[in-house]
Amino acid sequence: MRVMVVVKASKKSESGALPDTKILTEMGKYNEELAKAGILLAGEALQPTSKAARVKFTGDKRSVVDGPFAETKELIAGFWLWQVRSMDEAKQWALRCPKPHDEDTEIEIRPLFEAADFGENFTPELQQQEQRIRNQVAGKK
Amino acid sequence: MHRAIEAIWRIEAPKVIAGLARMVRDIGIAEDLAQDALVAALEQWPREGVPPKPGAWLMTTAKHRALDWLRRNQMMDRKHEDLAYEMQLRESSVPDIHAEGDEIDDDLLRLIFVACHPALPEEARVALTLRLLGGLTTGEIARAYLLSEATLAQRIVRAKRILAQRRVPFEVPTGTELKDRLSSVLGVIYLIFNEGYAASAGDRWIRPDLCQEALRLGRTLAQLMPSESEVHALLALMELQASRFKARVNGEGEPVLLLEQNRSHWDHLLIDRGLRGLELVEKLGGAEGIYALQAAIAACHARARLAEQTDWARIAELYRSLMEVAPSPVVQLNQAMALGMAEGPAAGLAIVEEIASEASLANYHRLSSVRGDLLFRLGRFTEARAEFERAASLTQNARERQLLLSRADSCAERGETAAGGPVVH
Repeated sequence: MRVMVVVKASKKSESGALPDTKILTEMGKYNEELAKAGILLAGEALQPTSKAARVKFTGDKRSVVDGPFAETKELIAGFWLWQVRSMDEAKQWALRCPKPHDEDTEIEIRPLFEAADFGENFTPELQQQEQRIRNQVAGKK
Repeated sequence: MHRAIEAIWRIEAPKVIAGLARMVRDIGIAEDLAQDALVAALEQWPREGVPPKPGAWLMTTAKHRALDWLRRNQMMDRKHEDLAYEMQLRESSVPDIHAEGDEIDDDLLRLIFVACHPALPEEARVALTLRLLGGLTTGEIARAYLLSEATLAQRIVRAKRILAQRRVPFEVPTGTELKDRLSSVLGVIYLIFNEGYAASAGDRWIRPDLCQEALRLGRTLAQLMPSESEVHALLALMELQASRFKARVNGEGEPVLLLEQNRSHWDHLLIDRGLRGLELVEKLGGAEGIYALQAAIAACHARARLAEQTDWARIAELYRSLMEVAPSPVVQLNQAMALGMAEGPAAGLAIVEEIASEASLANYHRLSSVRGDLLFRLGRFTEARAEFERAASLTQNARERQLLLSRADSCAERGETAAGGPVVH
């Protein structure tokens, strides 16, 4: 199964400042461990929300809102995609992660939907729609 | 708690076994001692909580057991005495797992090479690898291969015995030996992958896991041997093939041929990884390796957004190169098919005729179906029909049989054209 592992933001990460050398070094070693364990599929650090934008959906209207955004606790600073045998394995690996920020924070582990998970809710219409989206994404490559 | 300990064990076991194997020089003893450490964890952790560095705890506990074992069997040497003293000094502090990182990597690599030793029958190498490096239980491996647990257990016991009897050294081979031994390791990993990849029958839960185990082992090996191009090549090949998994089976659970697959169901994360791996292979100068060539062929398909956009000329060229390093009638048949797409059916047919009389291909339905297709495109409908009917009689796949028979029918509907050419039979 695959999981997305999300690192939440902090005041410092939102300020655009680089993490301490200590954290950078430890994260580097941690990523190496993930790669050596053969579970690391992808991982990226995200720029602070001062570089970000949102599209808001209010009723029928849409609007673009540029960052930065407040509620630091709800923002994300980075993510991984891991291939693991179970959520238990994912939890154990997440427990080994160096503390990402100087302040207290969270890492969230989200299993991905596999096609089989959708079951009855995934009507033929929705399946076609997902297929069209995947077509478009594939077309961009 | 128990699930957490199990998960930790799956992560740490290979490293612990590897570290012990270097000390005691026996895979079987190493595994037993590692199990002792697990038992200790199962007893202590529920009471005291999981230690902050569970891997280090397990390794330290296991090494203590190993030193006890060495002492009891009067096999302590100077190195072990030093280690015992060092561990005593470190008793109160938890060893820095990173400082020992390289040592652990080396031990893990040694374990991989020993588990895949050519002295063992291939099926034993697979079983031992899945057991020691994959952390699969005997039961899980047995189910994956549709064998009884007892048979699998025996296979593993025998394998360990052979290694002990032959006094196989716990070393990573060097020099001229490395190439062959590495080839054996890669062969085992690819074999495990193909067992999972070919899954069309059997317990669905286990088979995909085999592919994932193979991919995981491949990724680990690529980290441990970063300068070996064929390691990266095998990984790229597996990732590119795995990228097509979701598209391989249709809504009715029937296999779908590559050229007919819905490419929007291909996994682009895996394709990206595979293509990047292939770039690394080329940078390392390994483009002519056996796995590298196969990966390059898979990459040609992966890059084509639609089947019609496939670079058949390049594929034909790659098969020609593959024929030089790993000739086989099946590779030649694939070459013929690719050439038929790139340069026209006559060119493809010329190659097919070369292998038409191969004994090993006598009952291979693809030989007849490829030949039939080429003949059809040349307007030689009578001959094509015979080939399609023959292929239909040889295939195990019901849907494919239907397709082949309908192709035979469409041959019957057309007559011979003036440009049909000489009748071969």
